[in-house]
Amino acid sequence: MTAALDPSFGRAKNFIVYDLQTQDFTLISNTQNLNAAQGAGIQAAQTIAKAGAAALITGHCGPKAFRVLEAAGVKVYNTDVPTIAEALARYKAGELTEANAANVEGHWV
Amino acid sequence: MILAVASGKGGTGKTSISVNLARVLDAPIQLLDCDVEEPNAHLFLTAAPSSEEEITIGVPKIDAERCNACNKCVEFCQFNALASVGKAPMLFPELCHGCGGCMLVCPNNAIREERYRIGSVTTRQAGLITLKSGCLDVGVSLASTLVHAVKERRNPSTTAILDAPPGTACPAVATLRGADFAVLVTEPTPFGLNDLKLAVDTVRELKLAFGVVINRAGIGDDRVRHYCEAEGIPLLLELPDDRRIAEAYSRGELIVDALPEYRSHFERLWQAIDNESTKQRGMPYRAGVAR
Repeated sequence: MTAALDPSFGRAKNFIVYDLQTQDFTLISNTQNLNAAQGAGIQAAQTIAKAGAAALITGHCGPKAFRVLEAAGVKVYNTDVPTIAEALARYKAGELTEANAANVEGHWV
Repeated sequence: MILAVASGKGGTGKTSISVNLARVLDAPIQLLDCDVEEPNAHLFLTAAPSSEEEITIGVPKIDAERCNACNKCVEFCQFNALASVGKAPMLFPELCHGCGGCMLVCPNNAIREERYRIGSVTTRQAGLITLKSGCLDVGVSLASTLVHAVKERRNPSTTAILDAPPGTACPAVATLRGADFAVLVTEPTPFGLNDLKLAVDTVRELKLAFGVVINRAGIGDDRVRHYCEAEGIPLLLELPDDRRIAEAYSRGELIVDALPEYRSHFERLWQAIDNESTKQRGMPYRAGVAR
């Protein structure tokens, strides 16, 4: 939990799925996306949806990933805090605002 | 016959060589601008477009009623153009390569094809030159697909010059593949030499007959010439670094029109291509073309 928060979403190395009730967490690898030629964000968004997460905290989220997350009913929160623990603390304290759109542009537009 | 004009490095003068070669030929000729991400041959040939054709690919259209969210299409797509969120997959057409695989793997026959525009091919007639320019739409990544679309519109009964995109990546290879002869345009600088070597590796891999043109000769050094000598690569033409050529270019004028003394350079280039084609392929490049 003290690890640094990757500012990017689609090509982040791992995702941490945190259970707010039990305070347990599991690690999901995203390595298959690190070298994807395109659509890494779309794949990552499906991974998050499949993990059953209701909310995603990330540095940046592009337009295609956002569309998938929105369709899957996953809320998106952007933050620039340095660590995962701090991001989680801010979320719990209600200090993060839910994003209503992507906060970065796609790579080809 | 197909002559491809390519380079490793960008900005060495592919288009200048292509349009001027086309202009000095005394016969009908086709010029295909395959630099679909930034076509510019039309800037040098003052002719209004006679037609513009829309180029499309087939992308999936999913029938939500037939789809049972089995995800076979999503798993099949290598381009991440389909996303599954529990119901009928979402489509990102800008990522689709139009391979049609999703339609083949769908067990419920829920996917049909829909046309999706990726760019255009514009035709212009400038004297004896028929120019076809491919232009990829902004935000689309399928440059090679559009290069193929331009090449499919070539009339096989007359000679064609293909103005290739720079570099040695897929769109350049798509242009070069199947050419009868490749002219590699470079400049006598370390950058020109480095990228020329990459272009030479590419045309050798494609087993093409080829030769080199040094543009802006007089700048830089002799290393490109020494490299060609050492590798046994024919030097087809050296075009001097002449400020007047740059001035004509900046006005969108052809070198051979603005500076008629250079006409003979391009006639000699045709001759050199003929000679090398005969030597390397056993047949002259312009077989059947009257001068």
